[in-house]
Amino acid sequence: MASLLQSRVPSFSSSSGIQWRPSAVFSSIPRRRIFTVQAKIREIFMPALSSTMTEGKIVSWIKSEGDVLSKGESVVVVESDKADMDVETFYDGILAAIVVGEGEVAPVGAPIGLLAETENEIAEAKAKAKAKSAGSSSQSAPPPAASPPPPPPPAVAAAPPPPAAKVADGPTKIVATPYAKKLAKQHKVDINSLVGTGNFGRITPADIEAAAGIPPKKSAPVASVTTVAAAAAPKASATTFPEIPGSTVVPFTTMQSAVSKNMVESLSVPTFRVGYPVATDALDALYEKVKPKGVTMTALLAKAAAMALAQHPVVNSTCKDGKSFTYNSSINIAVAVAINGGLITPVLQDADKLDLYLLSQKWKELVEKARAKQLQPHEYNSGTFTLSNLGMFGVDKFDAILPPGQGAIMAVGASKPTVVADADGFFSVKSKMLVNVTADHRIIYGADLAAFLQTFSKIVENPESLTM
Amino acid sequence: MQSSLSLSLSSSSSIVTRSDRKVLQGNTFFAGKCSITPRSLRFCGLRSEVYGLQYSNSARLVAASLNRRHLKKVSAALSDNGTPSKFDYDLVIIGAGVGGHGAALHAVEKGLKTAIIEGDVIGGTCVNRGCVPSKALLAVSGRMRELQNEHHMKAFGLQVAAAGYDRQAVSDHANNLASKIRSNLTNSLKALGVDILTGAGTVVGPQKVKYGTDNVITARDIIIATGSVPFVPKGIEVDGKTVITSDHALKLEFVPDWIAIVGSGYIGLEFSDVYTALGSEVTFVEALDQLMPGFDPEIGKLAQRVLINPRKIDYHTGVFASKITPAKDGKPVTIELIDAKTKEPKGTLEVDAALIATGRAPYTSGLGLENINVETQRGFVPVDERMRVIDTNGKSVPHLYCIGDANGKMMLAHAASAQGISVVEQVCGKDHVLNHSSIPAACFTHPEISMVGLTEPQAREKAEKEGFEVSVAKTSFKANTKALAENEGEGLAKLIYRPDNGEILGVHIFGLHAADLIHEASNAIAMGTRIQDLKFAVHAHPTLSEVLDELFKSAKVKADVSSPVGEPVAA
Repeated sequence: MASLLQSRVPSFSSSSGIQWRPSAVFSSIPRRRIFTVQAKIREIFMPALSSTMTEGKIVSWIKSEGDVLSKGESVVVVESDKADMDVETFYDGILAAIVVGEGEVAPVGAPIGLLAETENEIAEAKAKAKAKSAGSSSQSAPPPAASPPPPPPPAVAAAPPPPAAKVADGPTKIVATPYAKKLAKQHKVDINSLVGTGNFGRITPADIEAAAGIPPKKSAPVASVTTVAAAAAPKASATTFPEIPGSTVVPFTTMQSAVSKNMVESLSVPTFRVGYPVATDALDALYEKVKPKGVTMTALLAKAAAMALAQHPVVNSTCKDGKSFTYNSSINIAVAVAINGGLITPVLQDADKLDLYLLSQKWKELVEKARAKQLQPHEYNSGTFTLSNLGMFGVDKFDAILPPGQGAIMAVGASKPTVVADADGFFSVKSKMLVNVTADHRIIYGADLAAFLQTFSKIVENPESLTM
Repeated sequence: MQSSLSLSLSSSSSIVTRSDRKVLQGNTFFAGKCSITPRSLRFCGLRSEVYGLQYSNSARLVAASLNRRHLKKVSAALSDNGTPSKFDYDLVIIGAGVGGHGAALHAVEKGLKTAIIEGDVIGGTCVNRGCVPSKALLAVSGRMRELQNEHHMKAFGLQVAAAGYDRQAVSDHANNLASKIRSNLTNSLKALGVDILTGAGTVVGPQKVKYGTDNVITARDIIIATGSVPFVPKGIEVDGKTVITSDHALKLEFVPDWIAIVGSGYIGLEFSDVYTALGSEVTFVEALDQLMPGFDPEIGKLAQRVLINPRKIDYHTGVFASKITPAKDGKPVTIELIDAKTKEPKGTLEVDAALIATGRAPYTSGLGLENINVETQRGFVPVDERMRVIDTNGKSVPHLYCIGDANGKMMLAHAASAQGISVVEQVCGKDHVLNHSSIPAACFTHPEISMVGLTEPQAREKAEKEGFEVSVAKTSFKANTKALAENEGEGLAKLIYRPDNGEILGVHIFGLHAADLIHEASNAIAMGTRIQDLKFAVHAHPTLSEVLDELFKSAKVKADVSSPVGEPVAA
């Protein structure tokens, strides 16, 4: 034990008893700490003065560099979230260097000053302090930040600033939000070296965290229209992917964020899928007939689905709390529409009650509004059942993700001529499309869905009822 | 005029003597008034820029025209509503805010036939656009704060999933509360038989009031209680969407990512509490050199440490917002700052929204004061310590009183109500002067701030002038069992007193439920109770009230108990 210590710390014999007191404790943890403490230069840490304190501000240094300190003496006054408090030293020595100056802020546990045992070590301590303050942002960052390529270390600010400085002709041109400024100060990030990604090019707290190499914390109380109790966002962000040089990062638009959020949320619902081939010859014939009157295939399918839903209310229901069925009073068919870079689901309300022509007209209005981004919330989030059609692209079958808050979604493929054998063994060619429904198995079971699809298929195969 | 005085009831004699009494000269009166009220003025964020404002009376006109259809009396007088005289009413109150309501209630109790004139909605600022809806928002922000404070929740052993909110539902809560309180107020007036006359009220002559377009009524006494509107300094363009006043903010139509709050008085402070809890970042713009002017410096420092520093708030002090342009054409709200003293430009802020909380301006234009030779001072109706309106000759106008924000003595709802009650007492022939130093004030942040009486610097100044000693006692919420049980040990109570006779000069509290705790101190000041006697009062254990118990007990008073503790009356 002693020899081990001696071999690592040559100056052991000369050091005072107080200094090495921890070595008397026979536990591996303090012992290891001793090994890592180099020679006789100690760090003075930002203490945790209260249970809620996460950072402290140096009000004033009572001692200055070069002062001789004895154990128990007050060295520095720290302002915590609660009060100003004197901080004492636990060791004798010389205050070799002040790492965090007066008025600056450091997180709890970060070194704020260095204590040398003898005058000889002061120079060494000073050099160390310099290194510290240069790289202190990465130092103070949580441990994992070390291994992956630390993205843009703020220390290498040499390259980015010139353009930034040029853009900013006045000293006030760089706009950072209040919290971003606070974070920048705390993590010693040079705001002038950053390019803001927020509104109007603002530097946001996220920008600072990115620059300081801190994994983004769960954003504070973000909320607007989202009443849905977000089931504690899965910690997907924990894994970091290697960055491929030259890639561009494009932040989500609001619509894309909403899609992303809904998709992640959908993972919490147990779903299953049932497919069904539907003959469409009769439907196609009807479509040709009503097309001149402005009826679209979307309207036809929505109407058919709505009529089938009217007979199978469970497929139109919702499971809100995992404990009950919520039977929706109206049948509102949401139809997925791709809109330049986004996805939105305008809703045909009371699709079972409106006639085909009104429905087509309504649909036309909704699509126009969606393109102009003028849909009102109730026009895109009141759906009770979703219809998604990729048939026009030649997709024969696909599988849809159930949007949160609905019981089922129908994915419609292209209608294709298919050779079929009838009961008597005669072959014929009929147009068939594959319909695939994804449903919430907490409320909708296989037989329910099968029965619903059967009804839907009957309606499509005998579409006269659609026009009534 | 004189004849009417001599004809009126027994109370008239006292009124005559009062009007005969020599009234202070106009200018000395104002000098005196300023020295009495600076705390309240600064507390309300009203500063020197109030000079030379122009009020738009469009709101009043619009309200009047809207209400013209309903000019009929809302309620019929009940049989017990006073005795008829040669006047239509014994008392007419212009303005049905909290002040007017308080006065009306007390007047009916005293048997006066009373009418109240309102050109807008019953309840005034407090109920519709002030204290009441803001408390609803603050109730939400307090809970949000708690739920977001993981550390706090963990300390209780509670686990809470991410807290979120629905803006519309929060906003509805505030609106519903306002309309509920409004209907309570209206019903209480109707139930007592107070006539509610709809339309803007104007004084057309002595003891004569016009309401609506052409309804003229006479009253033995008139109280002006028209209140105030948000004060918007010039250069600031309020569009009601991105540049707003408290009137708009209380509707919570949107929660901006970043909002600048101009003025860090209690209105600004409360809104910063709401907005930061809902996820906004806040920048304060304060014209004075420090935030939270008007609070006791020690309380202010602690409040800043708890309410400002750890939150997503930064601030610019010593600067004026000289020009604020609302967001438009895809550009953010821009705020041009100038140094408050040198007027030099101090840069520009670009934010998502700006809330103007620079105080409130009296709402007194169109009152017809010129008909009775009264001139407003910076919009405020000049009054003496009995709320009697003073005319341009420095004489008090008989039978005309002004209470509440319109007189600017102390711009607080409960102060207006107290002034109203004081006036009714006088009208009924009982001299009464309201002691303003016993009126408490509160700021409903989390935690709350409350105060009554003088701040420490004010007390020391007064002590030096009058030659007495001042002592200060302090207790912390950290030592209070109930506060610790709630994990809310953050807080301070401060007592400023005279050690020679035990008089309470001021009490300031920052901590959990401070607004509810202050009343023990304010009642003591109002009743003239001395600390040495208060020490013997018993407080239930464990309650937050023990913070004050401790405070009184820690005071070192040289005087003996003034009166022996009373014997129990009933066994």
